[in-house]
Amino acid sequence: MILDQKHLRFQKLCRQFAETEFTKDLLDKLEETGDFDWDIFRKMSKYGFCGVKIPKEYGGAGGDYLSYAILVEEFARVSPVLSIYANTSNSLGGGPLMLAGSEEQKQKYLPPVARGDKIMVFALTEPGAGSDAGGTTTRAEEQADGSFILNGRKTFISGAPVADYCIVFAKTDPKQKGSRGISMFVLDMKLPGVSLGKPEHKMGIIGYPTCDVIMEDVHVPADALVGKKDKGFGYAMQTLDGGRLGMAAQGVGIAQGCLEEAVKYSKERKQFGRPIANFQAISFMLADMATETEAARQLVYHAAELKDAGKDAAMACSIAKYFAAEAANHVAYKAVQIHGGYGYINEYKVERFYRDARIVPIYEGTSQVQQMVISGMLLK
Amino acid sequence: MKIYVCVKQVPDTSGVVAVNPDGTMNRAKMPAIINPDDLNAMEAALQLKEKECATVVAVSMGPPQAGEMMRELLAMGADEAVLISGREFGGSDTFATSQIIAGAIHHLGIKEEDLILCGRQAIDGDTAQVGPQIAEKLHLPQVTYATEIIKEGNTYTVKRALEDGYMSIQVKSPCLITCIKELNEPRYMTVEGVFSADEKPLTVLDYEALKDEPLIETETIGLNGSPTNIFKSFNPPVKGKGEMFVGSDKEMAMQLAEKLAEKHVI
Repeated sequence: MILDQKHLRFQKLCRQFAETEFTKDLLDKLEETGDFDWDIFRKMSKYGFCGVKIPKEYGGAGGDYLSYAILVEEFARVSPVLSIYANTSNSLGGGPLMLAGSEEQKQKYLPPVARGDKIMVFALTEPGAGSDAGGTTTRAEEQADGSFILNGRKTFISGAPVADYCIVFAKTDPKQKGSRGISMFVLDMKLPGVSLGKPEHKMGIIGYPTCDVIMEDVHVPADALVGKKDKGFGYAMQTLDGGRLGMAAQGVGIAQGCLEEAVKYSKERKQFGRPIANFQAISFMLADMATETEAARQLVYHAAELKDAGKDAAMACSIAKYFAAEAANHVAYKAVQIHGGYGYINEYKVERFYRDARIVPIYEGTSQVQQMVISGMLLK
Repeated sequence: MKIYVCVKQVPDTSGVVAVNPDGTMNRAKMPAIINPDDLNAMEAALQLKEKECATVVAVSMGPPQAGEMMRELLAMGADEAVLISGREFGGSDTFATSQIIAGAIHHLGIKEEDLILCGRQAIDGDTAQVGPQIAEKLHLPQVTYATEIIKEGNTYTVKRALEDGYMSIQVKSPCLITCIKELNEPRYMTVEGVFSADEKPLTVLDYEALKDEPLIETETIGLNGSPTNIFKSFNPPVKGKGEMFVGSDKEMAMQLAEKLAEKHVI
């Protein structure tokens, strides 16, 4: 795919911003503290990155899926964790409301999320319900006045420690089996009964805190229900469908970042009297890395283009996520290999990329779940 | 109030400068960027716009490819863009360029409260002549090398950088100010700006549109009409690396004295 002027301009903006603002000092600080960096988040918000895909009437920039993919790719190329900062509002955070929210809900929640004044995150996973989201046990009991009482525990919730709101999935009708009878709510994190687990110590994407969200007799008003009652699972799957496009783009960005580092290093590093790039063993690895990265990128852009054209993109998104996530790991592995011992030292960028890449085939649908989706569509 | 910001698309000279066999610069081989000082001028204009109601108009002379640069300026926050483009203008030196740009601004209209901002100089020619020449052609007062611009009504108080200090100058609009990088930190394009840049007006002024402008003498523009001709351009030879001393003043002085003695300077 050849990007048009507008998308090229947007790519330039994202690249310029990431290369200038995501300094080594900032990235080291994120890694050392594991804390959310409000300064860079505010700066991203000021330039409008949090609202790229949120429609103009709700305070966003009204960009398309292709722009969203470019944003995540370009940010991830410099910092995979900071790509999540700008991703959430455009994806799993803002997505459910854009998909199923009432006009009042969209007016209330989306503009502050698009501006970055409020942070909204997504809570589907539970200790016993990961890939099998139908196993949700969080309960929402409807009261006589139409309000709900929520009880349950959500786990590995990215951004929960800094969130103002959380999209929560809970069983409203326990009589319905599996994925049926689940509803989607927007939960105000300040409500009594909401508490957080301890921040998790992760292998990678350090600096975007993750923890459990615990709900004990949390009373939410009737208008916290988003979309139709008992239809939440479908909304979750549709949101994840768009979300996985973003994570596929994150894989492409990581792969691109690794490739650039490996090319640079293999030209500088001398062994046996010449740059290691002159050895075919290294240069062929670089060729493989470039090929996988570019193939992943084209799959992502194509899936984005399908979504923008309003065509069914579920299979294309799964294929892109599956391929790009695996590609990011292959490429990161080779980038570390080319760096040798230095690639194992955390002063080198590829060490961090290698750890960050590992989450991509896990979250928003593991590679195996993508295989299930793809094969399921082939065989239906 | 209108603020004209003069901008130039230049080859990125921070990398290697590509030179043609005939000694001219090979622009096709070098990435094109917005001249850095011009971005400071644009930032100053956008800051003034935020304080007062103003229309920011980016003005550039260049080939049609400079159109995308104009879109980027619109994406930063400029309201309108005007690209002066025509074969007849090609190869103009600073004398020719400034008449054409002055003619274009005259054509677009300059009123009492209006302002023209330029970058100090372009990184390709480094002449710093076009801004001042535009002011002269338009018979406007000018202040160069601005590091601070304060507006009160139609009066601007400009801090002007000198080699050994600064001077404060007050000037009334309409006037022209050239900006240096110490003035501000240019902003990026915004996301919203990127998406709406194609909807903002970009006007192209060609030779036909400007040939009757009284400020433009048609026989002194373009390559043939320009009094200056480029004889040769080349990459200057790389100078030897300097040496930095570290330590207290006394230690550094000792080290320096040793070095100078070694070289029989003292």
